[in-house]
Amino acid sequence: MKTLSRIYTALIFLFLYSPIAVLVVFSFNNSRNRVKWNGFTLKWYADLFENELILESLKVTLTVAILAAVISTVIGTLAAIGIHGMNRKLRQTFLAVNNIPMVNPEIVTGISMMLMFVFVFRMTGLLRPGFFTLLLAHITFCIPYVVLQVMPKLRQMNRHLYEAAVDLGCPPVSAFFKVVLPEIFPGVLTGALMAFTMSLDDFVISYFNAGSTAQTLPVTVYSMTKKPMTPEINALSTLMFLAVLLLLILVNVAQIRDASKKGRKI
Amino acid sequence: MKKWAWLLVFALCFGMFGGCAGDDGTVTINVYNWGEYIDDEILDVNKLFEKETGIRVNYRTFENNETMYTLLSSGAAEYDVVFPSDYMVGRMIEEGMLAELNFDNIPNYQYIDEAYKNLAYDPTNKYSVPYTWGTVGIFYNKKYVAEEDLKAGWDLLWNEKYSGKIFMFDNPRDAFAIALKKCGYSMNTTNEAEIRQAYDELVKQKPLLQGYYMDQIFQKMINEEGYIAPYYSGDGALMIYREDGNSDIGYFVPDQGTNLFVDAMCIMKNSPHKAEAEQYINFMCRTDVAKANAEYIGYSTPHTEAKKQLDPAISGDPMFYPPESVIKKTETFITLDQTTNNLQRDLWTKLRL
Repeated sequence: MKTLSRIYTALIFLFLYSPIAVLVVFSFNNSRNRVKWNGFTLKWYADLFENELILESLKVTLTVAILAAVISTVIGTLAAIGIHGMNRKLRQTFLAVNNIPMVNPEIVTGISMMLMFVFVFRMTGLLRPGFFTLLLAHITFCIPYVVLQVMPKLRQMNRHLYEAAVDLGCPPVSAFFKVVLPEIFPGVLTGALMAFTMSLDDFVISYFNAGSTAQTLPVTVYSMTKKPMTPEINALSTLMFLAVLLLLILVNVAQIRDASKKGRKI
Repeated sequence: MKKWAWLLVFALCFGMFGGCAGDDGTVTINVYNWGEYIDDEILDVNKLFEKETGIRVNYRTFENNETMYTLLSSGAAEYDVVFPSDYMVGRMIEEGMLAELNFDNIPNYQYIDEAYKNLAYDPTNKYSVPYTWGTVGIFYNKKYVAEEDLKAGWDLLWNEKYSGKIFMFDNPRDAFAIALKKCGYSMNTTNEAEIRQAYDELVKQKPLLQGYYMDQIFQKMINEEGYIAPYYSGDGALMIYREDGNSDIGYFVPDQGTNLFVDAMCIMKNSPHKAEAEQYINFMCRTDVAKANAEYIGYSTPHTEAKKQLDPAISGDPMFYPPESVIKKTETFITLDQTTNNLQRDLWTKLRL
């Protein structure tokens, strides 16, 4: 039975990671062919760093992802705390409202935001479709995920901790930073990471809201699909995969260290 | 409440800021082209233009006419120069989205072959300058496909002998065009009965296909996973002649006639920098630039001087520059009316389910 479960686990991992493995291997292939191996090369990596369109889109994607993650984490955490403090009925209503954008098809969200931005721009001349509308759109669709990550941590937290801090003379704001935030921090961090990755690989919403001045990486890659895709994309995906992997490892190591520190104190 | 008020102020400031950014004297034109459809390696066309004129080029890419149209018509993106295909040029003219060009600013237009001026989609050629063109034909693997079967023309794509080794376009307009040509009709027909007959042909063809693909056709043909695929002539440059291509692949245009497509350069009506946009189009029609683009993209160029300077192996290849007898039987796509468009789209969806 144990071997069986091991085989099962191995299969699942194989299924999950073999596409990435293939992608990485073929980023070093000395040919554009996606099936035959033709020797090792780094030329796709060199080409990648000369392809301005890709690099510029990468810059837009990363800037938007970082800003959207930070801003939506702040707004989402505040929202979660607010919702947590409501009475049961109101809380359920708000959580339901929070869930709607997540189950809504992306294309509906994307187009409705586009129509709104265009409307506002036509009426007032503000919010010209471009980088800023792209960022607003990303913040909007990231917030519900942050709320969803922070809520359980708030529920787990002992309500009386905050009250005790305030009772002992701590002003509410510093009580939040010193007592509440450390307790819910793992949730906030996962929320931020989730917002970052959601923003990073969003295609549909970015497509409709980027105007003519900002183009994100997924949109650029998609526009190349009329021709056979260049292995530069493999090289880029490999680098991005490594970056995300590194980020995850760092976060996990930090959390484990944090946990063991706390464990010792108690 | 206060928080929201602040947020709103913040957002509005940013919005205004975003609206004004870039007004520092240099003109920026926004260009919207197909992906991988400009030379960015040898001459690096956009960079060269910026260097020579001091006009900044904000270059963006799209992957098909329909999504480009959606973005432009909704007002969600503002571009100066766009590169739609023939039938989309027609539709954008009809809807008043394109500006009339001032050809005094585009003297290099004189180099464009007369054969590609005044085509059906822009009959008096006021709105567009041809950029590339090509035909749709059948790529086949000479090792596996018998020469005499080619005589069947488009019917080759229905030949049961090659069941499981045939590919088909994964978009309604190209797929219906082939089926209509097979039946002997115009690919621009608006006759419902003809379109339904073409649909029946496509249904009959479905079990013989390995699949409906677009760009994946390149790899699948090169690796001989399939032997027969209709595609755009210019892509033979990649499929057959590039170092990783497959020289066993051949190309022919069926006798029943085919589609001649043109991708053109146009200027949007609401462009605030029309003169600079015309300068850009003129630059794209300069002989050295047109030649560099033709070599990079691999599609046929309508530029007479650039064509003369191309490698004779390319300009003499009937795949890229077919003889008059083939051209005579071609049709360019024109804009279909709404009903026909919807009919094709609905039938296509039904076919692909």
